[in-house]
Amino acid sequence: MITAGIDVGSKYTKAVVLKNGAEIVGYANIRTGMDHEKSAREALEEALKAAGINRDQVDKIIATGFGKTSVPFADDEISQVVAAGKGGYFARPSTRTVIEVGAEESRGIKLAEDGKIRDFALADKCAAGAGSFTDAMARYLEVPLEEFGQLSLRSKGAAAMNAQCVIFAESEVVSLVHQNVPKEEISRAIHDAIADRVASIVRRVGIEDDVLVVGGLANDPGFIDSLKRELNTEVYLPEIIAPEYIPALGAALMEE
Amino acid sequence: MAEAIQEGEYWRWPETVWVDESKNWKEAEVISCGIDLGSVSTQAVIMLDGELYAYASFRTGSSSLDSSERVVKAVLEKIGDLKLEDIHYIVGTGYGRVSIPFAHKTITEIACHGRGANFLYGPTVRTILDMGGQDLKAIKVDERGKVVNFLMNDKCAAGTGRGVEVMADLLAIPITEVGPLSLQVEEEPEPVSTTCVVFAKSEVLGLMRKGWPKERILAAYFRAMASRVVELLERVGVEEDFAITGGIAKNIGMVKRIENMLGVKALKPDFDTQIAGAVGAALFGRALYLKGKKKK
Repeated sequence: MITAGIDVGSKYTKAVVLKNGAEIVGYANIRTGMDHEKSAREALEEALKAAGINRDQVDKIIATGFGKTSVPFADDEISQVVAAGKGGYFARPSTRTVIEVGAEESRGIKLAEDGKIRDFALADKCAAGAGSFTDAMARYLEVPLEEFGQLSLRSKGAAAMNAQCVIFAESEVVSLVHQNVPKEEISRAIHDAIADRVASIVRRVGIEDDVLVVGGLANDPGFIDSLKRELNTEVYLPEIIAPEYIPALGAALMEE
Repeated sequence: MAEAIQEGEYWRWPETVWVDESKNWKEAEVISCGIDLGSVSTQAVIMLDGELYAYASFRTGSSSLDSSERVVKAVLEKIGDLKLEDIHYIVGTGYGRVSIPFAHKTITEIACHGRGANFLYGPTVRTILDMGGQDLKAIKVDERGKVVNFLMNDKCAAGTGRGVEVMADLLAIPITEVGPLSLQVEEEPEPVSTTCVVFAKSEVLGLMRKGWPKERILAAYFRAMASRVVELLERVGVEEDFAITGGIAKNIGMVKRIENMLGVKALKPDFDTQIAGAVGAALFGRALYLKGKKKK
């Protein structure tokens, strides 16, 4: 039995192909375009190609993510909370708290021992608590996004920043740069700010070990470092697949 | 080339210097001054025995010290023969109030806005919405302008002057025109789906690509921003009379939408809504001076 999960995110569309509800055989990640259906189809085709499987061999397609309703060829759709919870539990069964941080949204999901969702909390859509913050700031500091995450790890401390809003942080960062504050310290201040916001959402459901971080921002080591300090507990990343694929994996798991 | 220079300047709003020529400061017993050093604009107000005499309203520069000196110098120059030493008492307020070296005292902007709105709009004002460059404040006052309760949002650009500047720049429309333009729609469109200015910006770019006319985009944006402001107001509870101060009070598109959502009309100002904080500071300055004299 072959199932495919497609997660149409605000920035990237991810697809995961699963065999017998247990084995990941292919996955792909493409930038979400204006036409969500097209993005979903392209991501699926690439994942199938990677798996060496034909489209007609797929038994079921499940869509999730903010653009889940614009995938007419999907057999079913599931909420982002369910997708991230299911995918997170599959990736690490000892997970009790899933923290998902995407480009525009973040959420905290609490899992029971059997993987069932006990509770969840969503943030108001705010760029300061999501990946968009690092995107905007990396652009201001003129460093590639990959390097932006590393910078934070090399810093000795965080720059003093008052802004909690990306719009205000932009002007604050400009003046920090003019004052010759090292980029490392600015990067750390921004990661701390995001971690602070994300943590305040997750605390609403309560933090229970193990904590698994998924979504695109989990790839940013500076954010993970700040989040560990903020939560004062160990946090894990999925080992079986990159963290941004977890919701698509969760969607593919819906037909076990 | 001319266009290239203009680009990115759509946020720029007109600066003002005003003096009431019918008054003579030499006849005044107490000359007091209030300076409101905000994140985006700075005002200096000079009052003669508690009456409005002169003011200046400028954009805040990168240095707080320079901004406060510049605005005071401008208002003194407009008056002509009044010197800084002639002023009996100076009170600083606003976000940068600690960086005004010639102020005798600093007072929070919440207290100053309450007092200033009471003077400008009259003692019937009970709820003041101050919409500044960087924050929103909902303030409840008594009949003397004394603050009885307030709520503040300083963590988010939604509904602030900064948020309006971002949109003016994005649509390349002068900031003084975005409000009236947003009302030129036959029917209100759905608001943009998020109040976060960062996300609203990308949503607006999408609407531009779709070919939406600018007035419709502005209407959708201001509706979302107004709903955010109304949320704050409803938490503190709106009691009439209601007044709006700060720079956004000049944006008819925001004011009308806030009024419609609340079902409450705001008092109409007949002066610059940006001076309320500085007026309050100058009034406190007069009171403090008189109190100090009594002690002696």
